[in-house]
Amino acid sequence: MILTAENLVDLAAHIEDRMPDAVRSTQIRVGELTVLAERDHILALLRFLRDDQQCNFETLIDICGVDYPERTERFEVVYHLLSMRMNHRIRIRIRTDEETAVPSAVPIWPAANWFEREAFDMFGLQFSDHPDLRRILTDYGFEGFPLRKDFPLTGQYEVRYDDLEKRVIYEPVKLVQEYRNFDFLSPWEGMTTVIPGDEKAGGGN
Amino acid sequence: MADTAHLIEEDERKFTLNFGPQHPAAHGVLRMILDLDGEVVTRIDSHIGLLHRGTEKLLEYKTYLQGMPYFDRLDYCAPMNQEHAWCLAIEKLLGIEVPRRASLIRVLYSELGRIMSHLLNVGTGILDVGALTPITWCFEEREKLCVFYERASGSRMHAAYFRPGGVHQDLPQRLIDDIAAWCEQFPERLDRIEDLVTENRIFKQRNVDIGVVDQRTILDWGFSGVMVRGSGLAWDLRRSQPYECYSELDFKVPVGKHGDNYDRYVCRMEEMRESTKIMQQCIALLVKEGPGPVLLAGSKLSPPRRAEMKTSMEALIHHFKLYTEGFHVPEGECYVAIEAPKGEFGVYLVADGTNRPYRAKIRAPGYPHLQAMEHLCKGNMLADVSAVLGSLDIVFGEIDR
Repeated sequence: MILTAENLVDLAAHIEDRMPDAVRSTQIRVGELTVLAERDHILALLRFLRDDQQCNFETLIDICGVDYPERTERFEVVYHLLSMRMNHRIRIRIRTDEETAVPSAVPIWPAANWFEREAFDMFGLQFSDHPDLRRILTDYGFEGFPLRKDFPLTGQYEVRYDDLEKRVIYEPVKLVQEYRNFDFLSPWEGMTTVIPGDEKAGGGN
Repeated sequence: MADTAHLIEEDERKFTLNFGPQHPAAHGVLRMILDLDGEVVTRIDSHIGLLHRGTEKLLEYKTYLQGMPYFDRLDYCAPMNQEHAWCLAIEKLLGIEVPRRASLIRVLYSELGRIMSHLLNVGTGILDVGALTPITWCFEEREKLCVFYERASGSRMHAAYFRPGGVHQDLPQRLIDDIAAWCEQFPERLDRIEDLVTENRIFKQRNVDIGVVDQRTILDWGFSGVMVRGSGLAWDLRRSQPYECYSELDFKVPVGKHGDNYDRYVCRMEEMRESTKIMQQCIALLVKEGPGPVLLAGSKLSPPRRAEMKTSMEALIHHFKLYTEGFHVPEGECYVAIEAPKGEFGVYLVADGTNRPYRAKIRAPGYPHLQAMEHLCKGNMLADVSAVLGSLDIVFGEIDR
């Protein structure tokens, strides 16, 4: 069975109906169902999605963070689930900030362990009741959270092998030339502000 | 006194072993801290990230087109399959369809990549348990496939051949003929490897009933690809959620029965035969349907023709803008998954309407597989660790990203 748009609408209605506390809203775009959920109810929602006969999302595909620095709750945690039995997918998004911990999904899926460790490593997201919240992808002793928008692309430290000291040493990044981040956005396509005179264009007579 | 002596002896059986990061059976740079009780594994702590290059961060600073070559460097055993996922994600947000011929070429090269990856995995997997010959045979075939990569894209490995909206260049007819000729001889090569390995007593002793994956494990640990099919579940994204032109191609989904290392090996061998069949069908369709565009013509996604640029100012401007500013992808988010050789390879793309992705998360199949190492190996012997590791089919380019 391949899920059609109506199936998704039904599924969204079903989830909203059964989990009214947890679901903030649902949306269907480019054929994908997204559920915007409440952080505090996320575990109940995930458990429902896994166990409910109509949902049956038994496989955790991915957990990742997204950073929106301009928001008060700057992070989004995005869960992707898959049901092999029903052959459909779902995405759940919740919001959080630097301090507020998100309940860990490890009790529901052991696979969440490394995904949450990665989100912690990359964004500094906190997960409560996680069995082993260590850094995973970055170097031993790494500082900072690389995927945050305010972390520089060039990083803060560079390593090299020092021939005199006979070991690898860490030193602050020195750039011979400043990192060039060009603004290629065309003013014709990318202009977001109103161009003076635009207001006259529509109402001419 | 006798009691304490006994305790010391018990303690001496327990020790910690550092495996990797430069161990040939680690298939890359994996460091595992193994707690052993005699020869029995009691705990595995995998340290990954030694190959972390910050691909996701880099993608946020590149245009969509510039980000594409980074995908070659994820699973470098089958580079084009990763490019495929990236292109499909962009195309999904842009809402475009690729030309027919491009679609066939993409499938042809995706299957070619699947065979490349499986050849490497099967070869090294056999090597891990002690047989030296088959890997040389696998690499001989793999080398021929690398040449096909080179003849299409100019590069043996990091092809950068797929484009949002199609593929970069059309295939010359001679190349198509050569791939067809290769497909003819390949099954016989597989037979030779199978003659040597499949019924081999030592190979079976090392692999049968080792690393058994049951249905609970699959669901709990987020498995995909051969790790699922080896346990008897016929789950293949090419079949269940078809993308590109897989829905019109005829192929079987081989499944195992016991979910052990051996069944996964057999699955991979069968998948290579199925992939060869898919390639032959693609070639037949390519020949039958004849030449056509391979990149979306007359769109802002594809560069203008060189000849046109010599005379047309607009074409020149378009070319310049495409390779500096790039194209804009409308605001939105999507998740696209493909059946990569190693399992479900997914891209979660968040676009903000500019020429660069706001966030791109790469879901690598090997990541959850490696995570389950402790679950699979606990209580097994040390010698099984490398056999299971080989059977998981992990590659660190995609796990560490």
